[in-house]
Amino acid sequence: MIEANGLSKRYGPTLAVDDLSFTVPPGLVTGFLGPNGAGKSTTMRLILGLDAPTSGSVTVNGRPYAQYQRPLFEVGALLEAKTFHGGRSAYNHLLCLALSNGIRRERVGKVLGLVGLASVARKRAGGFSLGMAQRLGIAAALLGDPPVLMLDEPVNGLDPEGVRWIRTLLKSLAAEGRTVLVSSHLMSEMSMTADRLIIIGRGRLIAQASIADFLDGGPGSFVRVRSPQGGELAALLQAQGAAVDCQPDGTLRVTGVTSDTVGELARANELTLLELSAHQASLEERYMELTRDSADYQAAAGALAPGRK
Amino acid sequence: MAAIATRQADSRPLSHFAGILRSEFCKFRSVRSTLWALLAAVMFNVVVAVLLAIFLPRALSAQQQATIDSTRVSLGGMHLSQVAIGLLGVLVITSEYSTGMIRATLAAVPRRRLMLAAKMIVFAVAAVITGIFMSFAAYFVFQAFLPGDAMRTSLSDPGVLRAVTGGGLYLAVLGLLGLGLGAIIRSSAGAVAALFGLLFVPPLILTLLPPSWQDTVGPYLPMEAGATIFSVQQEPNTLAAWTGFGVFCLYAATALAVAFALINHRDA
Repeated sequence: MIEANGLSKRYGPTLAVDDLSFTVPPGLVTGFLGPNGAGKSTTMRLILGLDAPTSGSVTVNGRPYAQYQRPLFEVGALLEAKTFHGGRSAYNHLLCLALSNGIRRERVGKVLGLVGLASVARKRAGGFSLGMAQRLGIAAALLGDPPVLMLDEPVNGLDPEGVRWIRTLLKSLAAEGRTVLVSSHLMSEMSMTADRLIIIGRGRLIAQASIADFLDGGPGSFVRVRSPQGGELAALLQAQGAAVDCQPDGTLRVTGVTSDTVGELARANELTLLELSAHQASLEERYMELTRDSADYQAAAGALAPGRK
Repeated sequence: MAAIATRQADSRPLSHFAGILRSEFCKFRSVRSTLWALLAAVMFNVVVAVLLAIFLPRALSAQQQATIDSTRVSLGGMHLSQVAIGLLGVLVITSEYSTGMIRATLAAVPRRRLMLAAKMIVFAVAAVITGIFMSFAAYFVFQAFLPGDAMRTSLSDPGVLRAVTGGGLYLAVLGLLGLGLGAIIRSSAGAVAALFGLLFVPPLILTLLPPSWQDTVGPYLPMEAGATIFSVQQEPNTLAAWTGFGVFCLYAATALAVAFALINHRDA
């Protein structure tokens, strides 16, 4: 469980994280989503106590991270940038970290096997590809077999097989009851793994919900109805508080009620339904819509068109 | 949560710090730069001692040979090896920042001062041991290669044992000064410039100042003060051996104290 309360971080004139409050519950994969520069990495550094918040607080399993004497047993973290010395072998890198927390030497070999780096354990990590470096970071996160895992853009640089490996790993870690927080700027990636979403933009919380709740009720969702008695049905639906929009093709576009309600209403009033379907906005659409105003570096329409001076 | 193995590690403070010490030693020994720097320092000391033993007596008159501080001369390689040790002291901490390792380090040890203390202890022990070893190696090699007896000294002569041991101590403290500056500045280039600037620039500036300044300030400059510990003869306008070394230690202690004060208050 990770709990942030009114978390803010200012770097000079920029407010990187702005009054952020959220909860990451155990047993689920929580996706931490936002455009580039939204403050995801900063938030993760604040959780780990690497940077001090300007105001607010964040706790991991009820305590500030810095209070843990052996934090690798509590939280495993993969940060976005490289966090190892390229001159050290993968094995020695992990051993150095393990020793500081009193983790047994055997565990180093075990996590190296777990992430598929056993064969290059004695090679200098500086020669690793981006994907291997990510695996080394994940191995470090798993060292203490921690109940909380936090990974910043873990699929970056991984090949398709690696991406699938990460997805499976994250799900199985959550299924074991662990708290898993994964950041990404790609909704498509999150839709494959996450059970819950925390969406931020420009350092502020935009949404925090389960994937299902996130999709429901968005402007992109509607119920499509086709009925020979369309006018009658529309009036009944409107009486129920739904908004009904008559389309040129004669179908009704209904928002504000579920398809179940429409079906039951039609049956109770003995109206014929020729078509009844619920349409959900895709996660991608919902995400774009929510973050449109907060993307920091958006290509302005026509910005690249040859313009006049 | 049954699937999560909860292993309660030994939480006594002493064993906790022992773990951090082992971790820092693991870091120290597992990068090549450590080996190269220490090897270079030893080589500089020994090779320069050989060259000085062979060529210096020929260039000096009998009278000069009798009066020169030949113990200090035998440690002449220190002018080069101090660069290697200083560099190592700086890199021990700045390489963590330049590679990004510092974030993994501090995530594993959030009590940053414990980490810095462990780093300091590991470096100090390694530097004292190699420093004293190379200092004695240079001394004995110099004695062995001397063509005549005019410049020969013995460890039982007054001040000689102190000077030879002191050579090693000087290198270790210089390295710690580098570590302190590195922890404050956090960039390799910046800290190296600061360290060698602090050592080599003040004596140059001093030569431009009036002689009265040279007499009053001169003895307290880092290199002037530090050099007293590996000299047998006390030159005019220098501090006594242990006093001078104490002043030199103060420079390193100040840098480290600032580093300890700052480390908890900065974003990593």
